[in-house]
Amino acid sequence: MKTIKISILSLIALIGLNSCSSDDDSTPEIINEEEVITTVEVVLTPTTGDVVTLKSIDLDGDGPNAPVLSISGPLQAGILYNGAITLKNETVSPAELINEEIEEESDEHQFFYQFSSNLDASVTYTDTENDYLSNGSTNPVGLTFSLQANAAASGSFTVTLIHEPNKDASGVAEGTLTNAGGERDVEQTFSITVE
Amino acid sequence: MHSQKCDNTLTGTVRDFHDGNILVNATLSVNGYDIYAISDFDGKYTLDGLCAGFYTITITHPECEVAEFGIDVNGNLSKDFKLEHHTEELSAVTVKGENVNKGSSSSAETVLQSATIEKYSNASLGDALREVTGVSSLNTGSTVVKPVIQGLHSSRVLIINNGTRMEDQEWGVEHAPNLDLNTASSITVVKGASALRYGGDAVGGVIVTDISKAPSKDTLFGKTILSGASNGRSLGLTTSLLKAYKSGLYFLGQGTTKFAGDLESPDYVLSNTGLNERDFSLGFGLNKFTYGFDVYYSFYDSEVGILRASHIGSVSDLVRAINSGTPNSITDFTYGIDAPKQDVQHHLAKISLFKRFENAGKLSLDYSFQQNNRKEFDIRRGDDKDKASLDLQLTTHTLATNFLYDAATDLKANLGLEGSYQENFPDPNTGIRRLIPDYEMYSFGAYTTVDINLTDNLRLDAGIRYDYSQIDAQKYYQSSRWEERDYESDFGDLVVDRIDNQLLVNPVFDYRNFSATVGAHYDLNSDFDLKFNLSTASRAPNPAELFSDGLHHSAAIIELGDLRLDKEQSYKASVEFNGQLGDFSFSLNPFYNQIDDFIILEPNGLQFTNRGAFPVYEYAQVNARLYGIDVEAGYRISQEFDIKSSFAYVNGEDLDRERPLIDMPAPNLNTTLSFFKTEWNNLNISLRNQSVFEQTRFPDNDFDITYVNDGGQEVTESVAVSEPPAAYSLLYFASSIDLNIYKQSKLTLGFYIDNVLNTSYRDYLNRQRYFVDDLGRNFRIQLKINY
Repeated sequence: MKTIKISILSLIALIGLNSCSSDDDSTPEIINEEEVITTVEVVLTPTTGDVVTLKSIDLDGDGPNAPVLSISGPLQAGILYNGAITLKNETVSPAELINEEIEEESDEHQFFYQFSSNLDASVTYTDTENDYLSNGSTNPVGLTFSLQANAAASGSFTVTLIHEPNKDASGVAEGTLTNAGGERDVEQTFSITVE
Repeated sequence: MHSQKCDNTLTGTVRDFHDGNILVNATLSVNGYDIYAISDFDGKYTLDGLCAGFYTITITHPECEVAEFGIDVNGNLSKDFKLEHHTEELSAVTVKGENVNKGSSSSAETVLQSATIEKYSNASLGDALREVTGVSSLNTGSTVVKPVIQGLHSSRVLIINNGTRMEDQEWGVEHAPNLDLNTASSITVVKGASALRYGGDAVGGVIVTDISKAPSKDTLFGKTILSGASNGRSLGLTTSLLKAYKSGLYFLGQGTTKFAGDLESPDYVLSNTGLNERDFSLGFGLNKFTYGFDVYYSFYDSEVGILRASHIGSVSDLVRAINSGTPNSITDFTYGIDAPKQDVQHHLAKISLFKRFENAGKLSLDYSFQQNNRKEFDIRRGDDKDKASLDLQLTTHTLATNFLYDAATDLKANLGLEGSYQENFPDPNTGIRRLIPDYEMYSFGAYTTVDINLTDNLRLDAGIRYDYSQIDAQKYYQSSRWEERDYESDFGDLVVDRIDNQLLVNPVFDYRNFSATVGAHYDLNSDFDLKFNLSTASRAPNPAELFSDGLHHSAAIIELGDLRLDKEQSYKASVEFNGQLGDFSFSLNPFYNQIDDFIILEPNGLQFTNRGAFPVYEYAQVNARLYGIDVEAGYRISQEFDIKSSFAYVNGEDLDRERPLIDMPAPNLNTTLSFFKTEWNNLNISLRNQSVFEQTRFPDNDFDITYVNDGGQEVTESVAVSEPPAAYSLLYFASSIDLNIYKQSKLTLGFYIDNVLNTSYRDYLNRQRYFVDDLGRNFRIQLKINY
């Protein structure tokens, strides 16, 4: 008798459990990814002359479409440009400015700017962690920088954002990637011309 | 009584009432007469010289309660006796006889007993299973260990935990089985699909763990194992207690806790590879001769750190890792576990009932409930920092019934039905598009198996199974992905809603699967036996194969499922030949496995993002075949010394492309020299050499990628992801001794050294081989108390 009672109880339990879980045919919530970096925009403002804007837009993030790159015009040799980089997530409306997060975690992020060897150009960081965190650290972040190209040529300019770099490693504070470690959140290369 | 000839014979088999196991060496004596017999290797006995009349027969067996049976003799008779068989939990003096076949009697299978399982108390199921020849493991580091049976793993290997099929998101290569091996008193590995009772989709095989069986006597016993290891500075404690009554009532409880910090390779700390695990199980039940029930609940909770250096953002990180040969992130040893990590809980609750019908068999009914919660944490930014990237809750209800017919001496049959309902809920709060979508799955299976003793030394078995499953999913696709996959033409009618750049799709797919097995087991004589088995298994694509769509952080690949996939069907032939020639024993197990529409993940081009380019891996179907052999040989040199060797080889080929299959275990050879002396408190010392050869058969999936090197130059380089690491040999030392500390209690002390020579090596089947060396030397101690 005992076994029969238990088997009936278990069947009831099964039916009960089944009926509560099969009710919810509700539509799953849509997810708009918050962290995806759809837009990388570098604005180079010269002391005199035209502003140069480099943009990479990839609205589907990890989706199949490749980023669309645009460059507003050539750089002028011998001119100092003030550079600023903006990262955005344009899958949400209004677009989310990712710079705010980078600023809050500027001790865990650093941008690197590199030129191919056929370009005689250099970048100098113009910000430090202390600007965003007031933590007394003079380590650069790279949200702002200055850029100067010395001679006319064409080549590539690469923007890299490293998450959790080893900022104290040799050369990292000067913008050399070699010992930075960490992982890449952004890596985009623009073909630029210096006139 | 009229005069008569006393030449009647009573023959039959002595079996274990609980599981129908044959009982060898049972003594049968006829009360009041000098007539007795001992059951032979097949449990068979013959009592001669009986007159007509009523006799009482007393049967004794070292592992059983003494039983008396009355029998009316009038002519030659055949009668099987069933005894209550006690598993020897208490101080394990007698090794339990061969377990009941989990597969069919003809299938190649291996059983790990508790002595072996206990050695791995502080490790994982996958580690213990490597003891079985032909079983290797697919690792993510050293703590996520998935068993690979004769070259196949994940959804192709079913894990049956105390009678319930584990539904723990086993499709993921980075998802280890969510069970504590300390709950198991024995583990059976069936190499193939012949265990139809547990599922028809075991293309690779079945792993069955059994918990301790309670004896029907008044007793209380248990054991506690304390383990410590130098590598990872880990500590593990497991304890179990079982209270049983003569009435058949029992209660059991068991708990395990383990923790480990960062593991170490010979040259550096493997940062963020700690582990924290807490498990327990509780049960009670009643085991009467003819009826009984079991109630069981187990909980598994683990937090596993994933090597920091293996979490990469882009392919150029991967190229740097491969080129540098050392991890880019090494920090000092810590017990702390940060992202990336996995946090998994598994609940299993089960009610089983059985009723035995005289002259028919045993009817059992099982209901089980499982809930698996898996959270995976990646390295994230801003407010999402402490949020999981993946948060899945998989709930499964299963109702199963089986009727075992065992009334006839030479025929045993099973008939069973199984139904299950499963629901997956991916929590949208992760803020990351779901890897596996919301789905509901209904499945239904029916099977029958028969096992016939055709002659004294030939057994035949056969079985068939049919499974129906329906998956009803709701998934958001990116519009760009939907177009790129060209799904609109085939699946456009499944689209429910189009919102901005995403589509909500409701695929409802049905799968009908057929599986079967047939085989023979032939005892040539008492020293040689031969098994031959043919099986076909059919597996429906799993949710990952159908739906995955996104970036894999540890491999820097974009993984794409395919809605067009259909089931895969395998045809496997296996032979097992066991023999004994004096002090020399051997076992040969060759197999051939042809798999039609085998689902593989293969590279197909690159995809560009703001983080650089990523290789795209797509699920596709090809015809494949695997063949190989597992060999064991042993030689008893003297009373104290013996030497054992095992060798496993698998050869996998993609027949469509005429190239090797990826991730096939490299040939490996294990040789163990042991010293054992009972008189010296069961002192056991052994030295084992494990040689893993280089896998020379692999598909070339290397790809060219253009990236910016550290000097700012754009370079095009081939990314060497395909080539397996070099061969390696490791040395293991093991020793143990038993001490009697009190009347009923025994203390076993064990001391072990893994990777004695602190060899640096990488293994082909470890997904972290691109980033770091494998484990360095490890000293382990273990204290076990039986009471």
